[in-house]
Amino acid sequence: MSKKIIQNAGFFILSLSAFVTLFFLGTIIYFIVSKGISAISWEFLTQVPKSSMTKGGVAPAIVGTFYLTMGSIIFALPLGLACAIYICEYSPKSWIVNIIRVSINNLAGVPSVVFGLFGLAVFVKFFHFGVSILSGCLTLGIMVLPSIISASQEALLAVPQSYRAASLALGATKWQTIKNIVIPTGLPGILTGVILSVGRVAGETAPILFTAATFYTRGYPKSILSEVMALPYHIYALMTEGTHPEAQTKIAYGCALILLVMVLLISALAIVVRQKQKVSYG
Amino acid sequence: MDNTNNIKIKVENVDFFYDKNRALKKVSVDIFKQQVTSVIGPSGCGKSTFLRLFNRMNDLIPGARIEGKITIDGEDIYDSRMDIVDLRRRVGMVFQKPNPFPKTIFENVVYGLKVNGITDKDYINEKVEKSLIAAALWNEVKDRLHTSALALSGGQQQRLCIARALAIEPEVLLMDEPASALDPTATLKIEELIQELKKDYTIVIVTHNMQQAARISDYTAFFMLGELIEFGVTKNIFTSPKKKVTEDYITGRFG
Repeated sequence: MSKKIIQNAGFFILSLSAFVTLFFLGTIIYFIVSKGISAISWEFLTQVPKSSMTKGGVAPAIVGTFYLTMGSIIFALPLGLACAIYICEYSPKSWIVNIIRVSINNLAGVPSVVFGLFGLAVFVKFFHFGVSILSGCLTLGIMVLPSIISASQEALLAVPQSYRAASLALGATKWQTIKNIVIPTGLPGILTGVILSVGRVAGETAPILFTAATFYTRGYPKSILSEVMALPYHIYALMTEGTHPEAQTKIAYGCALILLVMVLLISALAIVVRQKQKVSYG
Repeated sequence: MDNTNNIKIKVENVDFFYDKNRALKKVSVDIFKQQVTSVIGPSGCGKSTFLRLFNRMNDLIPGARIEGKITIDGEDIYDSRMDIVDLRRRVGMVFQKPNPFPKTIFENVVYGLKVNGITDKDYINEKVEKSLIAAALWNEVKDRLHTSALALSGGQQQRLCIARALAIEPEVLLMDEPASALDPTATLKIEELIQELKKDYTIVIVTHNMQQAARISDYTAFFMLGELIEFGVTKNIFTSPKKKVTEDYITGRFG
């Protein structure tokens, strides 16, 4: 009898923890939606800011976030995937690989603001890319590199060894095996990792603080060497700068809502991709 | 025994090591052309290791090392000038568990041709049909060549893997307990197939099932603890083994 009570109590605590987590997510969404929904309009989504950021839209920030996110993934995906392939498929199991693994884990632990300072020193100053989309993309790219590498590694390791053996036994080279069998089989897993990284990149503020973002800009970026508006930084700036706190706060919540919707949509995409993966494995 | 002209594979004094672990001890044996040679023995006796010597799949295991000499048609396959990719094209393999790629039936059969640089569409289509017919699978899949291979039953998947191996026209076919994951009906089909295939191929098959070895093979090699205990014509091995330990094993006293 008492065993049963202990079990029920245990289940209760576990399910409560799950519901508390769900509650937090729900609260955040409710809070942002209720405060931000009044700011949303067609004009808000498609126009440039007017009257010292108190009127008009935030379209340049949406576009900027889109550019920064895409750019960083275009940079980080090939590099991260290549690194994961090297570690999983090619590297001899030696101390060098251990050093690489430890380095990747450490890279994952570096605070994002440190990446921002690094980007400022290296891309903005040393390479003279200036405060620009390019600098921002590279900085964000390096920041998400560890998660792309580990997601790719997991996906590659999940490819059954028997597929590799079958391919090699048919007279395929190692590279043909990787290109034709391992990567296509692991692709859904890799994409899931990439998409989750996209969500993270879209929301980061600190790495673009000194490398890409600007509060005041006239219209849209002209090239990858232009500075750019971005949603997370725009929220930060609206809440800390300017002279019309009330009007700005409302816009900030509107931006937060757009950002939240973007990230949730991206996560939903990841779920769809993962679901498709399950189907294809039968 | 057949005369030496019919030797396809010659194994001379082969030792095989996984790091310091000696998996095969001074094995010498001849494998004859267009015959089925079965390899039997208790678990861990080195029979799979032995099989994987011939397409050098053991090379993939870190710390694996071979001593001695193996020749196929007189050519030393462990020579440093040996092209392993080419060797594996000539020596096909069917694995214990069916392992079709998560692709269509057609793509599975074509895979070996593609990676070996064959792009002629007519040749490919013809080869797919021929290989599937040879693997006794054509009638069951001809209407759904472009559907996923993973939707096939276990027995069909294994015959697909055989078709896939046949498509690149190997000279030798290695089979590592190809029926152990299959039900009796599917097993029977595979066994019948092996009898057909030996007309064109030299077949070496590892099996756990002694009745199977007796049914399908012309020669039998009995391994224990990495040593080749006895090798000879299957009928002789099963009716009048020369060694007591062979007799004990095939009569089911251990193993």
